[in-house]
Amino acid sequence: MNHWIVAPIVLPAILAPFIIMVLRYHLDLQRIFSVAGVVGLLGIALTITAQASGGDIQVYELGNWPAPFGIVMVLDRLSAMMVLLTALLALPIVLYAIASGWDERGKHFHALFHFQLMGVCGAFLTGDAFNLFVFFEVLLIASYGLMTHGGGAVRLKAGVQYVAYNLLGSTLFLFALGTLYGVTGTLNMADMAVRVAELPADDTALLRVGAVLLLLVFCIKAAVLPLHFWLPASYANAPLPVAALFAIMTKVGAYSILRMYTLGFGPEVEATQGLVGAWLQPAALVTLAVGVIGILGTQHIARMVAFCAIASMGTLLIAISLFTETATAAALYYIYHSTLATALLFLVADLVMERQGGSIEPKTPMPQSGLISALFFVGAIALAGMPPLSGFIGKLLVLDASRDAPDANAIWAVVLIGSFVTIVGLARAGSLIFWKSHDAEHNPAPEEDEEAPALPAPELNAGLAFTSVFGLVLGLVMLTLFAGPALNYAGKTAEQLFTPEHYISAVLGGEE
Amino acid sequence: MEALVASAVGILTAAGIFLILRRRTFPVILGLSLITYAVNVFLFATGRLALDAPAVLNKYEDVPYTDPLPQALVLTAIVISFGMTAVIVMIALSAYLSSKDDHIDMTAQDSVDAPGEDA
Repeated sequence: MNHWIVAPIVLPAILAPFIIMVLRYHLDLQRIFSVAGVVGLLGIALTITAQASGGDIQVYELGNWPAPFGIVMVLDRLSAMMVLLTALLALPIVLYAIASGWDERGKHFHALFHFQLMGVCGAFLTGDAFNLFVFFEVLLIASYGLMTHGGGAVRLKAGVQYVAYNLLGSTLFLFALGTLYGVTGTLNMADMAVRVAELPADDTALLRVGAVLLLLVFCIKAAVLPLHFWLPASYANAPLPVAALFAIMTKVGAYSILRMYTLGFGPEVEATQGLVGAWLQPAALVTLAVGVIGILGTQHIARMVAFCAIASMGTLLIAISLFTETATAAALYYIYHSTLATALLFLVADLVMERQGGSIEPKTPMPQSGLISALFFVGAIALAGMPPLSGFIGKLLVLDASRDAPDANAIWAVVLIGSFVTIVGLARAGSLIFWKSHDAEHNPAPEEDEEAPALPAPELNAGLAFTSVFGLVLGLVMLTLFAGPALNYAGKTAEQLFTPEHYISAVLGGEE
Repeated sequence: MEALVASAVGILTAAGIFLILRRRTFPVILGLSLITYAVNVFLFATGRLALDAPAVLNKYEDVPYTDPLPQALVLTAIVISFGMTAVIVMIALSAYLSSKDDHIDMTAQDSVDAPGEDA
């Protein structure tokens, strides 16, 4: 067996307790080990991506129990690219958290960070539905700690809402898994796919209930309307580097939808045919619409970026809900783009908030405002989907893939108008924060004198902070420059997803 | 037996949902606990209900047995939901102590304040 598969889970799982138990009083050592751990994770992710890109599906049987009885980890192209994305995202964020001093504003930031990475990587790699639930819980419980990191009354209150909402989501997940286990008698995803296909046609009522319940759970994670209420308050009140890391968490929901509904309840399964797309697509369209309205309407920069995250999930799920090969390839490209772009904008929002607070209104100019405004501009271009960055390519692919869909008109209208409103909203925020602030300098309003002492000069390692933000920009530029190879990989991944037979035979056939 | 288990799941869930929709954190947490109890009972039932049957196969004689997997699932679910409940109690308690207010909603004051600012 290839032990690399389990390495992305084992490495953070060992590192996080090590940081808590051995290094708990040594912040410098914590930082060194944390960064080294993320670099190691990146190396592992690159290795397994290289292994998976050949097209073989590799299976890791935990405890060497054969597939339907034991828990398996499965490495295919999709898992590999999602693990790679996690590692690519984690590196700039951990550097930024160190540079901005966020990691010393509470305890155990680095340990929680690695537990979170463990949960995310595990969710991407597991081939067992109940194990997916367990990894969801791992990443959630770490995210509770990270979300309330640093404390403060408002953040803790938002934390209560976030935890309560997700606890309810986990309970729903258990109900869904119980229903599916009751019908199919298995929790292994590949085995479940086989059993679902064998189910007699007139005995599928419970199966459909289970499939829709499961979709509901993933929609909560992916913040699809009308289940998105947890996102704006919790992301805007979380420490913003953490919110940037959470950009991958909504993608865990999207990944799970892709995985379960191409494998177990695929388009060709009669019992659940059209069920998922029929519900998901209108929800995704409304998600995008409400996301862009939120961008336009909010008065706070962190909330604005949170609504950007919702809007980009809308675009992503529109592509996923089509359930065709080209649309899925577009969705996979868009996952990379939207994760990096959302994280970039969260970090820029943190730079702004550290210097002049978060409300979108003219204030006294901040130090380094030129550089920050340039970064904001880059992030805004990427998220709104303007050329020359990867957002444009991503949206173009989504639109192109939806050309033959029955609701193509609605999709095109919502995506294009949504992009326009996003541009307006981000331009409004950018001009109020960065341009109008110079006017405010000439005519200082009296209230600013009160506000000035409340915001001490940020003591942060600005060089490293900007380097990490530029790392994300670099990621977006690379994604644009190498769009061809990236799309090629995404296309092959989609092809692999839509031939689930390989996955099933790899898991159930047994590798050795 | 089936009716009893089904109504137990139903009543626990209904009571849990009623409590979750309350405005203060304590009833909400109680409601979440009730729902996790409901799902634990529900998971037992997914392996089909069997009375007086061991959860292991007997290779010497053919006696009825009950599905062991749901019991393992329930065990995992209990542990996780117990831990999660402890976490939410702690977060809710510190939120209450720091803001002197245990409403689950963000008040108007909260949303005016800049999020994330500790001042």
